[in-house]
Amino acid sequence: MTEAPPPPVLQMQHIAKTFGTVRALSDVSFAAHAGEVHALMGENGAGKSTLMKILSGAYHPDPGGEIRLAGKPVHIDGPAAARHAGIATIYQELALSPNLTVAENVFLGREMRRAGLIDRTAMAKACQPVLDRLAVPFSPGTRVAALSLAERQIVEIARALLARSRILVMDEPTTSLSSRETDRLFDLIRQLRAEGLAIIYISHRMAEIHELADRVSVLRDGRYIGTLTRAEMTEDALLRMMVGRDISGFYKKEHKPPEATRRVVLSVQDIADGKRVHGCSFEVHEGEVLGIAGLVGAGRTELARLVCGADRRIRGRIVLEGKEIAARTPGEVIDAGMVYLTEDRKLLGLFLDMSVRENIVTGVIGRDAHAGILDRAAARRRSAKAVAALSIRARSDAVVVGSLSGGNQQKALLARLLETKPRVVFLDEPTRGIDVGAKSEIYRLIDQLARAGMAIVVISSELPEIIGICDRALVMRDGAFAGELHATAEAPLSQEAVIAIATGAARRAA
Amino acid sequence: MDAAPEAKTIDAAPPARTRPGVGAWVQAVGMLPILVLLCIGFELMSHRFLTLQNVSIVTQQAAINIVMAAGMTFVILTGGIDLSVGSILAVAAMLAVIVSKLPGLGMLGIAAGLAGGVVFGAANGLLIALVRLPSFIVTLGALTAVRGVARLLGGDNTVFNAHLPFAFIGNGSFLGIPWLVVIAFVVVVVSWFLLRRTVFGMRVYAVGGNPDAAHLAGIKVWRVLLTVYVISGLLAGLGGVMSAARLYAANGLQLGQSYELDAIAAVILGGTSFTGGVGSIWGTLVGALIIAVLTNGLVLVGVSDIWQYIIKGLVIIIAVTLDRYRTGAART
Repeated sequence: MTEAPPPPVLQMQHIAKTFGTVRALSDVSFAAHAGEVHALMGENGAGKSTLMKILSGAYHPDPGGEIRLAGKPVHIDGPAAARHAGIATIYQELALSPNLTVAENVFLGREMRRAGLIDRTAMAKACQPVLDRLAVPFSPGTRVAALSLAERQIVEIARALLARSRILVMDEPTTSLSSRETDRLFDLIRQLRAEGLAIIYISHRMAEIHELADRVSVLRDGRYIGTLTRAEMTEDALLRMMVGRDISGFYKKEHKPPEATRRVVLSVQDIADGKRVHGCSFEVHEGEVLGIAGLVGAGRTELARLVCGADRRIRGRIVLEGKEIAARTPGEVIDAGMVYLTEDRKLLGLFLDMSVRENIVTGVIGRDAHAGILDRAAARRRSAKAVAALSIRARSDAVVVGSLSGGNQQKALLARLLETKPRVVFLDEPTRGIDVGAKSEIYRLIDQLARAGMAIVVISSELPEIIGICDRALVMRDGAFAGELHATAEAPLSQEAVIAIATGAARRAA
Repeated sequence: MDAAPEAKTIDAAPPARTRPGVGAWVQAVGMLPILVLLCIGFELMSHRFLTLQNVSIVTQQAAINIVMAAGMTFVILTGGIDLSVGSILAVAAMLAVIVSKLPGLGMLGIAAGLAGGVVFGAANGLLIALVRLPSFIVTLGALTAVRGVARLLGGDNTVFNAHLPFAFIGNGSFLGIPWLVVIAFVVVVVSWFLLRRTVFGMRVYAVGGNPDAAHLAGIKVWRVLLTVYVISGLLAGLGGVMSAARLYAANGLQLGQSYELDAIAAVILGGTSFTGGVGSIWGTLVGALIIAVLTNGLVLVGVSDIWQYIIKGLVIIIAVTLDRYRTGAART
């Protein structure tokens, strides 16, 4: 970073891409040098993934553009050509076969052979040093199905490392990693940078960009907006480039932190499932936003699912509005006034083939129906109101929900939950995988709901989010609460304190 | 993990699909031209396909499959399969004929057939919905076991009733339209109403589209599953009553053999996705008519029995190919 940069290992010039009549990219030029981490930022739909898919051979660019590797023009006409040219891409959707072992996945497509037969021993041996460097708790022989999402991501990284790539594209690699795993990944990325790789790093997270990137390029609406060096990267500058306007008050918190006298809406006592949650007790007050922080795997999602009836509890009491809830199924819990927003809206939340309207009214069609016959007028009214209230952007509420952007999908799912008029809302990673604009809208909505007196529990791996919107944070570790932090007007929640508790570095309540 | 969002936003790429109702309608229409072409083709080749008499025969032949395929549509929309409908049809037909011989209580044969269908459908449903066994395995077992029950009922003989009190169902007409066709049409309309206008129908689509999400959304998934297998059993029972009424007889060994395959083929031809959650009853109607037209037309133009098998089999494979092409994913 101190001396003049070496000639770029990658140059993409005047790249354009149209899908049908839609311009996804217009005249984008971009260069990455060996030995740098070059971050690529932009809202969803800005064209980052399209650009990287062109680089990795998944898409063909429109004629007129050019890709040069170390100064030489190359023609990348497919994923194999990209791999051969030394470009490795780690996508968000992992491309692993769960039924195969780690080593088999890492060598998939270029298996080591001896006398024509697969040489599992050699593959495991070649795989082991990379896994050691990543300090993972599994071995080459472990079946991928047995690994967590975070661990599977690391297998993907190992695969790219073993392919000895010169350019490594990482598309939001930390989405599913805990902060400890993230730190390890960052160490590794720095090491790879020192070894001369060019790393193109796509992320939404400011903190990561600050920590890692030597330069950052911003795309907006399929256009190249600019590149900032380390010295120029401020959060404000980046947000302004990404959104094209000023974003002030990104985290919205206008509701007042509840006083001690405020009514308790939900009280959970000593709840456990015998596996991942070992006796958790907590209370949520009227109009309060309670954060639940902790590392991935600490049991936060499991706790929320347990309280909301999605999984069976082996012990524990749940008292909602003074009434004990004996409910055992999500349906009964929803009827009692408590809803859960899943962290995985595509797998566990939405009916992707059904319309926005159908998705929104799913929870209440039974209440509106007469003798089991749908009240379609009521459904239309409800849906129209919810679409307006949450500003869900879709051509109409009759379009299939799967065709919406992540942010609008999330809002549609939220709308479904809110239609049931809940008293308590559990939001599990409410802004995962959605763009900056939609994020700030969801923060505003959470603030609104809290002001209206709803009790809200936010589970999040993004600490700035917990700190920005929550009145109080409980930190989970190994299936139990390890600490509690209160925000006051003078002293907001501190990121360091949360991390210290979550990792077990300190046991204290601020 | 969240999927890479960019290609999926409205801004970045034109949405490939419209809402399922319209999509399913397009699917049905997509197959309708094939039905029309087949009719025209058979007429040109035989010159007696489109006579009033033959059309009446074709629709009567299609009627029983339409009824069974309607039940199968519910099941496949939830992502399941019911292989036992042919055997249930046989049991229902046996029950209907046996009970019809009771002096003075002959009409109870209808109720007996329907009840038989419901009982076996419920048995399938309980195992699938509550014990959570795979539908393929449960109904594969039922396919064999229920066939055995059908043979048992008649002492492995054909049962006759020359004075079947409800024979009009199989041979009579209502306002000039054969009762079989009337029944099939009513079943289709009622199925459409259930699927598109009731809470239950919406839940069928929701459970088929994403069972985990349905559970979290508060839907009692087991109840939806149990209900669709009961409906499938009931309609297979109705198919049995219709068969018995047509033949004045039932045979536990032969009746309804491989009918489940015709029903499944009709549903898939109609554009209902094997993964569940997408499809319509109108598509199933068109699919069943295509199969009936093929069967009848191939006979009329003198294709040998052997080639009829081969062609019908290919149609099923083409149907699954279409399903795969449409959903863009490999499926069974």
